[in-house]
Amino acid sequence: MALNDVVSGGDGNELVQLITPQGERRQNAVYDRWVEDIDGPALQSLYEDMVVVRRIDSEATALQRQGELALWPPLLGQEAAQIGSGRALRVDDFVFSSYRENAVAYCRGVDLTDILRVWRGNASSGWDPFEINMATPQVIIGAQTLHATGYAMGIQHDGDDAVAVTYFGDGATSQGDVNEALVFAASYQAPVIFFCQNNHWAISEPVGLQAHVPIAQRAPGFGIPSVRVDGNDVLACMAVTREALERARTGGGPSFIEAVTYRMGPHTTADDPTKYRDANELEDWAAKDPIARLAGLLDERGLLSSDFTDSVRATADDVAARLREGCVTMAEPEAMDVFKNVYSTPNSWLDRQQDHYERYLASFDSTDSDSSKEVSR
Amino acid sequence: MSTMTFGRAINAGLRKAMENDPKVVLMGEDIGKLGGVFRITEGLQKDFGQHRVMDSPLAESAIMGTAVGMAYRGYRPVVEIQFDGFIYPAFDQIVCQVAKLHYRTQGAVKMPLTIRVPFGGGIGSPEHHSESPEAYFTHTSGLRVISVSNPQDAYIMIQQAISSDDPVLYFEPKRRYHVKGEVDESVDITASSMEDARIVTEGSDVTLVAYGPLVPTARDAAIAASDDGISVEIIDLRSLAPIDFATIEASVRKTGRLVITHEAAQSGGIGAEIAASITERCFHYLEHAPVRVTGFDIPYPYSKVEFHHLPDLDRILDGVDRAMGRTNSLSGLEG
Repeated sequence: MALNDVVSGGDGNELVQLITPQGERRQNAVYDRWVEDIDGPALQSLYEDMVVVRRIDSEATALQRQGELALWPPLLGQEAAQIGSGRALRVDDFVFSSYRENAVAYCRGVDLTDILRVWRGNASSGWDPFEINMATPQVIIGAQTLHATGYAMGIQHDGDDAVAVTYFGDGATSQGDVNEALVFAASYQAPVIFFCQNNHWAISEPVGLQAHVPIAQRAPGFGIPSVRVDGNDVLACMAVTREALERARTGGGPSFIEAVTYRMGPHTTADDPTKYRDANELEDWAAKDPIARLAGLLDERGLLSSDFTDSVRATADDVAARLREGCVTMAEPEAMDVFKNVYSTPNSWLDRQQDHYERYLASFDSTDSDSSKEVSR
Repeated sequence: MSTMTFGRAINAGLRKAMENDPKVVLMGEDIGKLGGVFRITEGLQKDFGQHRVMDSPLAESAIMGTAVGMAYRGYRPVVEIQFDGFIYPAFDQIVCQVAKLHYRTQGAVKMPLTIRVPFGGGIGSPEHHSESPEAYFTHTSGLRVISVSNPQDAYIMIQQAISSDDPVLYFEPKRRYHVKGEVDESVDITASSMEDARIVTEGSDVTLVAYGPLVPTARDAAIAASDDGISVEIIDLRSLAPIDFATIEASVRKTGRLVITHEAAQSGGIGAEIAASITERCFHYLEHAPVRVTGFDIPYPYSKVEFHHLPDLDRILDGVDRAMGRTNSLSGLEG
């Protein structure tokens, strides 16, 4: 068993787990209170969320295979980490994520089509961050952790009790930016949560190449309290996130959460994990599936009727159909769009290049053969 | 109108910007109690508080990255990079985030950052304290890059940079910090544009383009050249991205000759861009190929030989002679 899979040990490496892989509710003296309001309907709602985002993910993968998307980064296996934390947030909290947090975006209320714009190549990013209080996906590994920290410093200046939450992976923890963000967050006691999804793989590199101790152990060295949570347990992920949010809102400063989960799919649709990982590992993690374990708990409590599961499936299919429709009917960008929004005010260099390119394109237009146009300066 | 040093003029401009807009915050190393290693922010933390003049931990990428986050939250951060050669850890955040967020988000996220960079040599410092890295940034779309050469411009343009909704790199010629000049603090900063170049002295024989620390050197060279009967028109670029080519072009159409000088290395630099662009725009008006008088393509040298690297009055005059077709150090070599 790899170091990062240790479930108990009592030395700070212990995973917070409220639902076992078999679907049994485990009592936890520290964390139960953070989810005591999560009743049957709330559990069913979390279940629906996870089924829907998995359906979004599989539909997007299919769209890529069919040539409708250039690329897609699947979140398969990480539904609990993202839904559990995403559903803990308040509207005025602000998320800075990487590119795999489509389930968090779903929690923030993103327009489904907007998720796909960047992956279809129709835009550099899909939505207005201020409409859903979530920055668009960050591709530079770990860079967003600094943005979240700075945003949290702004919250602090404003005397507000919102929280900035940043998502990143195990690979990102090797980046200087992430470590610097931890320094700054601790130094200013900024209201920011570092939510690390340790999905065990940074493309082909196993987490053991990034860290020789559980990642959560690093944070206390920066003066930041941390917790390891079973990232495939939606209830536990919600509990630890709520605890961290409360700490931040009440002036307690930053927190670090390591959600131990697993990337069941490829890094992106361009990746081939069979080249670097063992099929047995995949089987082990399939047995810890986040949706199956919540289904187990719901079933035990008599909350998993066929009517309910049929209704969830129908909702997921409807979302998938809307996602596909939005994808294939997306308006194509115009040639001159390449010049837009480089600057917020006119720029003489760019204006000239745009003017020249317009003339170039117009030169293909047979009806426009006016060669007496004044040459732009 | 009052007389003040270059450094004091920047300080006064920062103070004015902070008074006018409560969202303006300063971030950087040693900028609080100490007032910065060059004392440019002296007194500002005392007057505006620690929450608006923040001493940062020593990590340039984090200073820049947290400034990005502050901008997301609606602030206008002014970041001080302590020395030119310390900007590289922040390069990724500047190039990948600061410069591109407006484009990436289709204009939804504005990045009104001002990045102050004391730059250039001539102060006898060890390595990393005398560099001229401006071309890295003029080559990056999404950034505006300016360099100031005198206290009045320093006062006005720091405020223009801060009020810009686009990110601006503001290059301060550190060896001129103690130069005094007249500053009119009542001037309306919206009456001029930081993109416009300025004709420093008019002339008819050759156009000499400079910016930042070399503008006074160029002025001295013009005076010396006039003793030889050469009339030099000096242009202070002020804006390095975008460059005000219209002003340079109008001058070159008049003089037919162009000399560009900067401390930065020659290859791929600002001078190369100006030479190419002016040749494209007014080739038929040129009497001679554009001439560059610049630092060499070397790491910034140790202080006892730095004045071989830095263009000075005589090297600029030699360049003027080349442009004029007079006897010069390269006579016989040029095609």
